[in-house]
Amino acid sequence: MAKKPMVVELDEVVIKFAGDSGDGMQLTGSQFSDTSAFVGNDLATFPDYPSEIRAPQGTIAGVSGFQVHIGHKEVTTPGDLADVLVAMNPAALKANMKWVRKGACIIIDIDNFDNKSYKKAGYIEDPLSDGSLEGYVVIKAPISHLTRSTLQESKYDLRTAEKTKNQFVAGMLFWLFNRDIKIGETFIESRFRKTPDLVKANKMVLRAGYNYAETIEAMTTTFLVSPAEDRKGLFRNITGNVATAWGLLAAAEKSGRKLFLGSYPITPASEILQEMASRKNLGAITFQAEDEIAGVISAIGAAYAGCLAATSTSGPGLSLKGEAIGLAVITEVPLVIIDVQRGGPATGLPTKTEQADLLQALYGRNGESPCIVIAASTPANCFNYAFTAAKLALEHMTPVIMLSDGYLANGSELWPIPEMSDLPEIKPPLLEDNHPNYYPYFRDTEKLARYWALPGQEGLRHRIGGLEKADVTGEVSQDPFNHQVMVEIRQEKVDRVANFIPKQEIFGEESGNILVIGWGGTWGALYSAVKDLQEEGISISLAQFNFINPLPSNTGEILKSFKYRIVCELNLGQFAAYLRSKFPQHELLQYNKVQGLPFMISELKYKFKEILEK
Amino acid sequence: MTISAENQFKLSPEDYKVEEPVKWCAGCGSHAVLTTVRNALPETGVKKENVVFVSGIGCSSRFPYYINTYGFHSLHGRAAPLAAGIKIANPDLSVWIVTGDGDSMAIGGNHFIHIIRRNIDVTLLLFNNKIYGLTKGQYSPTTPKGSVTKTSPEGTIENPFRPGELVMGSQGTFFARVVDTEPKMMKEVFIQAARHKGTSVVEVLSNCVIFNNQVHSEITGKDVRDDNQIYLIHGKPMIFGKNRDKGLIMRNNHLVVVKIGENGITEKDLLIHDALDPRNSTHYNLVRMTLPHFPVAMGIIRSVRSTVYEDLLYEQINTARGSSPVKNMDDLLKSGNVFHINGT
Repeated sequence: MAKKPMVVELDEVVIKFAGDSGDGMQLTGSQFSDTSAFVGNDLATFPDYPSEIRAPQGTIAGVSGFQVHIGHKEVTTPGDLADVLVAMNPAALKANMKWVRKGACIIIDIDNFDNKSYKKAGYIEDPLSDGSLEGYVVIKAPISHLTRSTLQESKYDLRTAEKTKNQFVAGMLFWLFNRDIKIGETFIESRFRKTPDLVKANKMVLRAGYNYAETIEAMTTTFLVSPAEDRKGLFRNITGNVATAWGLLAAAEKSGRKLFLGSYPITPASEILQEMASRKNLGAITFQAEDEIAGVISAIGAAYAGCLAATSTSGPGLSLKGEAIGLAVITEVPLVIIDVQRGGPATGLPTKTEQADLLQALYGRNGESPCIVIAASTPANCFNYAFTAAKLALEHMTPVIMLSDGYLANGSELWPIPEMSDLPEIKPPLLEDNHPNYYPYFRDTEKLARYWALPGQEGLRHRIGGLEKADVTGEVSQDPFNHQVMVEIRQEKVDRVANFIPKQEIFGEESGNILVIGWGGTWGALYSAVKDLQEEGISISLAQFNFINPLPSNTGEILKSFKYRIVCELNLGQFAAYLRSKFPQHELLQYNKVQGLPFMISELKYKFKEILEK
Repeated sequence: MTISAENQFKLSPEDYKVEEPVKWCAGCGSHAVLTTVRNALPETGVKKENVVFVSGIGCSSRFPYYINTYGFHSLHGRAAPLAAGIKIANPDLSVWIVTGDGDSMAIGGNHFIHIIRRNIDVTLLLFNNKIYGLTKGQYSPTTPKGSVTKTSPEGTIENPFRPGELVMGSQGTFFARVVDTEPKMMKEVFIQAARHKGTSVVEVLSNCVIFNNQVHSEITGKDVRDDNQIYLIHGKPMIFGKNRDKGLIMRNNHLVVVKIGENGITEKDLLIHDALDPRNSTHYNLVRMTLPHFPVAMGIIRSVRSTVYEDLLYEQINTARGSSPVKNMDDLLKSGNVFHINGT
């Protein structure tokens, strides 16, 4: 008989799903976040995969996780610590216990907790009886067993049972969070629409999990997270990588240019290429090149021929593309380079996040080779910054590097869907055929952008290339004074972009005690930490930079208006070093983390309070 | 590629001349190739605005600066992917790649095989002088084994590439070989290469007057060329020699040189060159022929039809455009899982 549980209202909750790579935790996580979006919660998600596809079952290396943070109040990060942990085996438990709040609810698949599994996960004693879980609400559910018996009656095989046990977990959570199970069923129907048999099996298991949770004594309290405040309109849940691809597509539509993406698969940027490859319906061209170099070079060719051309990669790929980016600088063609940063150097931590490509993006080429560098700061605003990168490249005729990172790329958030009519125009400096007095390096006087004459146009035949060219005429020139002129023009062209980008905004008072400085993907954690301290009455503000080169024109003003300035970044101090080179008069404190992990709000608050105690 | 009816616009070699001086050494084989390309272009039936020359780095790669078309002098080894990007972006363009043996066989070797495998419709002229000229005399991937150069004072210990073998190994659809001393043959081959749908590779045996002078003289020398070259013409017997008394036959799956009149051999016994044969085993054997046991094969060795990358790509795009309900960005933004939230 169904019991009547107590319902507790929560402002926010963090749930972590963890299991073997093959346990379907990513799917359950997406299902739960979509359901939350459906009922109107704000949310942020973050998957946490191993770099191996299917590491040995039951080992720590094979644990795959998915964290969802849902809220009635504003949600800006996937959350520091989990309130609910789902652990499908001992390895998942062991790998995640340090990220779980004291007192949290832990749901385990008891069928996977035997002596052999403890040892495989690296436990010496049974974690269920060694006292390590004291103070937590542990729900030991026979998930594997009950999934099998649910499906047995309908003659499903063991493989199907293995693949659907994640729905048992989902069912339990639907009950626990008072969710309408029909939303979960709709998700299943759309996800498995090509295999009706699997739809049926998944739905049966989902319901079995729901009924189980309703029946057992151990679960007496359920939770309700009400719809988010101040959220109205049409939303979707979007990852940084998809948002990046869509931002480029939007820019192609706005500028009337064909989109060309020349890329080589690399973690964690591959989804940009994949997403674009499935956008042929919008005319997108993807070229999966034979290597990183061919990726960027093909994009330069496409740019020369008149496309909005881009290449997407991660740090190691950016290293390989360096020479070619220099070619785009000297030939002054519009090019967007997306760098989804990961832990480095070399192969480093392919699936983990880091911000250590900043100096490479700024300086990683031979010669005086300035690029516009911008950075996205949330999964959804990857759309805006990819769009902006394309706009700047097309209008200023120069390469733009957009920095994303593993955290933004795979993380997702609820995004208010924009209308295309709300986005700014993009007007590349095209020329009509037979334009009189056309020269390859004849420039627009305001932006210093050269004009974009396209092969096929009558009367504009010209030749460009990697050798230095004479100002205006574009003939090959090794003249010493001309070289200096050209180097200075290319620098000036990038510097002038500062006149076309917004001023740096500050969250909080415009002067005061502490200015927290961040850039790119750390926004969520820095914002939450600063906001919490502001609510405690502390004089603290945040400047989160999206425009790195050039910096917004009011950057110097901002820096001088605070007593302390602390630059927080996921590297050893690259943005701090860059700011010092521009503003040596200001002392900058640093907080640096290089663990392949995003900042936690709690560690930031601790650090900021420490400054005040000095 | 838009091929308009010939004579629709009367172009002459003069249309492709630039004012700037050509800066190759006097006696360099590249001069003859440049002149021949200018002579061939009016006969390809392509508007001059639709021609693009792309190159990498090396002596031959200065080519785009010396011809009045659209042009892009790129990076060492990277002409092929640059040309691919241009052609895919705008398939109406006639795209030519000019590259050398260092540029396309060493640093650009990977790009070379991949553009051929994809069969993107470009024409690639590979100037093979078997030496690094612009860096002043180091051996290249096509330098014959044992050659003494600045970086191989005791002779090279590397086996050289034969570009044609890489073309065959990459499922190439067009391969021809010419020498810089025979403009008539060059011109005819360039026109055919430009007209071929797919990646056309023309290996031009060219002379480096400074660092590898007379490198091809065994093949091109007036007194030896008839005996040391075989000019292959589709549908014609494989016959060569000063007295046109030698030919090629196939014996036990190997090419063999025979003398007409000896051992009862007549012209009828000789192999007929079939450049259109989709199988490439004979073409492979032909490109491998080297002196002294064989003549060097010249002319169009292989020219077969196959699907072209950009044709298939645009077919997929057109199909997707036709069948998808998503017609623009606003449609995409509102497609799939969207949530109407009413707030509290």
